[in-house]
Order: sequence, then C-alpha cells, then structure tokens
Amino acid sequence: MDSREKILSRIRSQKGRDVLSKSEQDILARRIQAHKRNLVPKRSQIPPEDQIALFTEKMTELLTTVERVESSSQIPERIKAYLAAKNLPSRIKVSPSPLVANLPWEEVPTLEIVTGAGAEEDEVGLSPAFSAIAESGTLMMVSGPDTPSTVNFLPENHIVVVDVKTMCGSYEEAWDLLRSGRGTDDMPRTVNLISGPSRTADIEQRLIMGAHGPKSLHVILVG
Amino acid sequence: MQVTSRQFKENSHKALQDEELRAALNRVKQGFTTKRREAADALPEFEQLRDQARDIKNHVLENLDYYLEYFESRVKDQGGHVHWCSTHKDAKDAILKICKDAGAKTVTKGKSMITEELALNKFLEAQGIEPIETDLGEYIIQLADEPPSHIIGPAVHKTREQVTELFHEHHQKYGYTEREEDAEKLVGEARAVLRHKYVTADVGITGANFLVAETGSTVIVTNEGNGDLTQSLPKTHIVVASLEKVIPTLEDVSTVMRVLARSATGQEMSVYTTFSTGPRRKDDIDGPENFHVILLDGGRSEMIGTELQELLRCIRCGACMNHCPVYHAVGGHSYGWVYPGPIGAALNPQMVGLEEALHLPNASSFCGRCEEVCPVRIPLPKILRHWREKAFEQQIAPKPDRWGIELWGFFAKRPGLYRQVTKIAAKMLSLMAGKEGRLKKLPFNNGWTRVRDLPAPQGETFMQQWQKKQKREG
Ligand code: SF4
Repeated sequence: MDSREKILSRIRSQKGRDVLSKSEQDILARRIQAHKRNLVPKRSQIPPEDQIALFTEKMTELLTTVERVESSSQIPERIKAYLAAKNLPSRIKVSPSPLVANLPWEEVPTLEIVTGAGAEEDEVGLSPAFSAIAESGTLMMVSGPDTPSTVNFLPENHIVVVDVKTMCGSYEEAWDLLRSGRGTDDMPRTVNLISGPSRTADIEQRLIMGAHGPKSLHVILVG
Repeated sequence: MQVTSRQFKENSHKALQDEELRAALNRVKQGFTTKRREAADALPEFEQLRDQARDIKNHVLENLDYYLEYFESRVKDQGGHVHWCSTHKDAKDAILKICKDAGAKTVTKGKSMITEELALNKFLEAQGIEPIETDLGEYIIQLADEPPSHIIGPAVHKTREQVTELFHEHHQKYGYTEREEDAEKLVGEARAVLRHKYVTADVGITGANFLVAETGSTVIVTNEGNGDLTQSLPKTHIVVASLEKVIPTLEDVSTVMRVLARSATGQEMSVYTTFSTGPRRKDDIDGPENFHVILLDGGRSEMIGTELQELLRCIRCGACMNHCPVYHAVGGHSYGWVYPGPIGAALNPQMVGLEEALHLPNASSFCGRCEEVCPVRIPLPKILRHWREKAFEQQIAPKPDRWGIELWGFFAKRPGLYRQVTKIAAKMLSLMAGKEGRLKKLPFNNGWTRVRDLPAPQGETFMQQWQKKQKREG
C-alpha cells in the first residue's frame, strides 16, 4: 500500500467508516462551491467612501503612507515628488501592466522607467493592486504575465497604485471580485495580501522595518 | 529533531538560573499578552470568530479524507504535484529526490515547524545540500546551531549581544568585519547577506499555514517577506505541510486568518499572507517552474477519532505558550522537542512517545489560561490530564508519583477514614509549624521547601469548619 492509500484508509478506519457516500460527497462539494461566508466583521460593511477612509486609517497605523489622486495621469508627477522627498533614486522597476506602465512617464523625464520582474538591484518598485481591503488595511496583489510578484518584494521601496473602484470592505468581497473576473477554477499563481511594509521583531522583540521585503510602502489611491 | 524531553527537570533548573533567558521570557510575557488583549478587544466579533474557526476545523477533521483528495486534485489541475508521506522518513526522501532532480546545491527555507520535526537541515547537509534559513529568527538559531524556542519567535531567547557575536563570527566572510551592536543595523546586515542567497538558490522550501481545498493553494503568513522571496525566486518551490492544514474554502481561510494574527502577535493581519497555486503560468515572467506539496502524516491520522483529535485544530499561533506561566518560567528549550508550551506538552507525548515526554503533561498548574486564549478553543488542560491518566495506567509514571496517587486514592475511596486522617495530619502540621504558621522543611518534599516555606494548615480541616458553621447556623 502506498502512503496515499495508507493515510486515507487510516483516516477512514479511525473514523470507523468507509469512503464517504456519493450523497455525502455531494454535500461537501456543494459546501465548497457555495463560497458561503462565515461571520464578516461589521466594521467592513460600510459605504465606499467610508471604506476608503478606513483603509487609509488602517494602512497609516501599519506605517504605510497613503495619498490620493483624481486621475492616474497625475501619478508620474506624484511619484517624482515622493522619491525626491524621501531622497530615493530615480530608477523605478515598473510592472509591465498597462495600469502603471502606460502612464504619461514622458512628462517626468528625470525618472528612469524599467519594466519587468523584480531584480536584486532594484531600489524602487511600482505595481498595481488588484484590490484593497478596508477592514485591515490590506492590498491584494495578483500575479500574472504583466504583474510579476517579485516587484512586490525585491525593491526596498514599494509603491502601489490602487483604483478606488476596486476597494472592498472585507476579504470575502475581494475573493468574489477575483472570482468574477476569471471564474472559480482559475486561481492565479500568487495572490499576495500585503498589510504594511516588511518588519521583524526577532531581535529582543524590537520592531524593525524592512527585514527582507520592502522597508517602505507607499499607496496611491486613484479616483 | 533529537528528543531531550526526558531531561525536562534538569533543563528547567538550568533555565531558571539563566538571567538572560529570564529577561527574554519577561519580554514574551509582557509583549505578546498585552498585544493579544488589545487586538481581541478591538474586534467585537472576536469570540464568535473563534467559535467559527473551531467549527471549520472540526468540520474538516470529520471529513479529512475528502478534503485532502479535493486539495490534491486541485493542485494537479494547476500543474503542481502532491507527495503523500506517511512517515517523517518518507517526507525527507521525497524532498531529497526533488532537490536532486533539481540539481540543488543550495536551498533557501522559509519558517516551517514541520521541517523542524523532520530535522531537515541536518538531513540535507549530510547529503551535501546547503539549507539556508531566511526568517531572521530561524537564521539566528541556525547560526547558533540551536532549535527554536518558540513556534512564532524561534529566537526569542537570544539577546541582542548574542546576535552581535553570532553575526560577527559568521559574516566576516562576507566582508562584515566590524562588530555590529545596533539591532537595526544587524537586521540590515542579515538582509544584505541573504538577499543574494535568495537569487542564487536552486530550491525554495516553505511551510504552510493553510492548504485551501477549493483552489489547491498553499498559504503562508509572515511579517518579513522572506517566505515570498524563498518561493518566487528559485526554479522549484517545495511546500511542506501536515494533513490537518487543509481548509475548505477561501471564505473559511478568511475566518481563520482573522483569529490567527490577533492571537499570535496581536496584529490584525500579518504583513504578508501569500496564496501560492501551482507553478508559474504560461506567460508569467517570474515564479517557480515546479511546485511540489509534501503532505505529511507523521502520526497525525492516528489521532483522528480519539480524544487527541482536538489537537489537530491547532493553527500554531503560539498564544498558549505566550500565556503559560510554566513557559514563562522555563522557556521553550526545556520541553525538549519541536513544540514547546502547552501545545507541546499535549502533542509531544503522541509524537515522540509518552515515555520520552513523560514530564511534559506534568509541567502545568492547570491554570487554564492556554485554553482561554486558544483561538480554536483546544481544551489543552483536558488533554494534559488525559496523558497523566495514561502514564498512571501504563505504570510509566515515576514510582513516588504513582504511590502518592494510589495512597490518595485509597483514602479518597474511604471518606470516613480520609476525614480522620486529614484531621490528624492538619493538627500535626499546624503544631509542627508553630507560631509562625509556616513549615521550613517537610519530609519527602524538599523540592518544595528548598525554595519556599509551606504555609501550614490552621489546625482544622475544611469538613470540621463546615460542620461547625452548619451547627452555628442551625
Ligand atoms: S494550541 Fe491553540 S493557542 Fe496553542 S498554538 Fe495551537 S492554536 Fe495557538
């Protein structure tokens, strides 16, 4: 008997039963497919503008900086100002996604825009969020051909663009948004839920930012 | 991992004398407990979410075979592989084979308690493969060649000075010749050293906090981002997980997530929660080309359907040890195997044998705080009592303990005699204690009286006082 059979038959014999019957299996399959929500905290069930406010408040608590622009065409100028204020290099690794790669970068010729996956030498990374979740101040990043997940982790400074129309109150809403775009059978290779910049408390429980992932996280809300 | 639980008493004595450890454990006690309290208070639904997390886990355990097969089929759908491993040895062999097929020389690792169970680092080293721990705490103890002392803060027992010395010793070869004293700079140094390792490693190994049946995803939760670099840069990603980690849906995971970080560190969410599903997709420009899940049983399926099944709900948050007065006193290493604190005392006897871990179920004052804070409401004290009973039944408890219990049992079954004897004993002890009312020495019990006095009974037993009171009140 191979390990698979051994494990499965042990589980069944410990339960004193055989393989579940067809009808029992159907009930469980339906439970999975129903995507039924458990208790969702009240704090997430608020109007869109309040969600944006809650997201901003939570993110700020998590030592993330947040700004808001009306239109995505303003992003290059804002990033230029952000980098200058923080004294950061002007070379940016940008996800190939049109949401960030196709911005009017020509308006800020001093910035060097490199599109592609994250690399060891990157100091600033820019990527678009799939969604953002208000209840805990969390970004949902989804990997794909033009949204490599390494841009979220290798650069020391990470800038994320969030379209406010994608703002969700809870994780559950964000899962539904993900499913609605691609069907329930196609989970992206990587979904990153990100709540703040990287941190560690492994030396004497002192909080230190930037353990392996980005030391700083800046969110630009659009809309 | 080598088991040293038999030396629990010796280990604890040593730990109690260790000043640096005392300071570190005090930080655990203050820091983690306050933060958990605040996080729990800030979410009105917290207690209800705990109930639901418990119920989800129970539901899975009732139908574990179904959910495991479902998970497996979803991983396969997305081009990944699942390796069922009945024993620790099976798991090590499977990991080694994957590493060899990948031609691996170096392996980066995210934090994983299961790989501690496997003693994977030593095993890979013996095979000529270099494992590199990337979680800062794990990295520190790997340099120190020590096991973790806490399941979420493996190096909580280390002081900043000790880290300075370790880095000074091991980082000179990378050009860091100065002794670095500042904690922030030490983190920067580790970051710089490990950065290059991520990029050059052949295989990345992570654990899993959850396996999602619905999607075939494996989930890790970290604050540092090390797990993400570990899994997205090398060509091969191996996830090492135990059976009970499977959860039906993304909705169910969301519920359990809400209680995990709050119970562990008092955060609402850990910084990074990452869902990994299969290898990189056709047009992806990053991500691993191969995705393997090692599904380890390692003694768990035997617990299904027994009084130990409830332990399989554990989500390894560490709250039980953060709130345990015994852990606060003796630290993690005293427990002598992978899992310390109440969960270790309850689980290790099953995993390494009751004889080996005999002392652990006794390392409890039954104060019940572990059960109070456990996010999935595992009745840890009840399980410790179960082991104590087992040890007594199987006659492996130490003789003096057994005689003591038998003697007590003899009297307890004879209430009349019990009352007479306790009456005499209470009187005697009170006479022996004299005016001070305290006993400085007690025959057969100097373990107690060596470090403190025993307050003596006041002369009358509870029953005598009760009867008097009843008479008085008519
Ligand atoms: S037993 Fe409960 S409190 Fe302890 S680590 Fe497991 S889930 Fe957390």
